[in-house]
Amino acid sequence: MNVGLNEYLILSALLFAVGFLGVLVRKNTLVIYMCLELMLVASTIALVAFSRFNGTLDGNVFVFFILTVAAAEVAVGLAIIVALFRKRGTVQVEELNALKN
Amino acid sequence: MENSLFYLFSALTVGSALAVVLHKNTVNAAVCLLLSLLGVAGIFALLDALLLSVLLILVYAGAVVALFLFIVMLLKPQTEPKKAYKKASVVAGTMGAALLGLGLCSFVTRGQFSTAPAAEVFHAGLKDYGAMLFTTYLLPVQVVGFLLLIAMLGVIVLSKKFEGQEDAK
Repeated sequence: MNVGLNEYLILSALLFAVGFLGVLVRKNTLVIYMCLELMLVASTIALVAFSRFNGTLDGNVFVFFILTVAAAEVAVGLAIIVALFRKRGTVQVEELNALKN
Repeated sequence: MENSLFYLFSALTVGSALAVVLHKNTVNAAVCLLLSLLGVAGIFALLDALLLSVLLILVYAGAVVALFLFIVMLLKPQTEPKKAYKKASVVAGTMGAALLGLGLCSFVTRGQFSTAPAAEVFHAGLKDYGAMLFTTYLLPVQVVGFLLLIAMLGVIVLSKKFEGQEDAK
C-alpha cells in the first residue's frame, strides 16, 4: 500500500499528541516550551501534506509564515524565561506560584 | 522506497519526540528535539517541499535549538528537582494526550478525505514561492516582517537589566 494523505495526517496527529503529553506532564518551563514547538511542527506536517495532495502551494506558503512566527515566538518566550529566572531564581512551574492565595 | 523512507522518518520523528518528553536532562531533550526536527525535514522532503525542509533545518536547528541550548546553559542546572514527574499528573496527562491523539486519528480515518494519489508533478520551486509571496501573500509578508521587528524590540526590552531592579539570589 502506498503512503497517502491519511498516513501523513496520522503522523501529524501522533506528533501533536506527544507534544501535548509533554506540555501536560513536564515541570521544567524550557521542556514545556520545546514540546510546544513540537506541536507547532506537527501542525505544519498536516498543512504541507494537504498542500501536496491538493496540488496547490498555499499550504506551503502558510508553513513558511508559521516558521517565521515560530522563530519570533521562541526568541520572545526564551527572553521571558530568562527574565523569570532572574526575578525568581527558578524555571520549575510548580515553584512559580505567585498567583496562589 | 518512498514508503520505507516515510516509515523511517516517522519513527525517527515520533521516537525522538517521545525522548524529548521523557528525558530528565534538558540538554539531551534539546538534542532529541533536533533529531525530531530532522525527521520532520525528511517528511517535508518526501512531500516535495524541499525549500521548506531546508528552511526548517536552518531555522529550527540553526536558530531555535541553538538558542534553547544557550538558555539551558545560562540557567542553573541544580534547579532540576529529584523527581521530574508527579504520578497523578503523569496519569492524567497520558490520558489527556491519548484522548487527543485518538480523537485526531479517528477524525482522519473516518473523515471523508480524498484517497486519490497526489499529482505526479508538483511545482514547488523558489520561483513559485516568490510569485506567491509577492502577489497573493504580499500583505502577510509585510505583517510578518513587522512582527519580527516587534519581537526583536521585545527581546531587547525583556533581557535588558533596568536600574533598581534587584535579581533573585
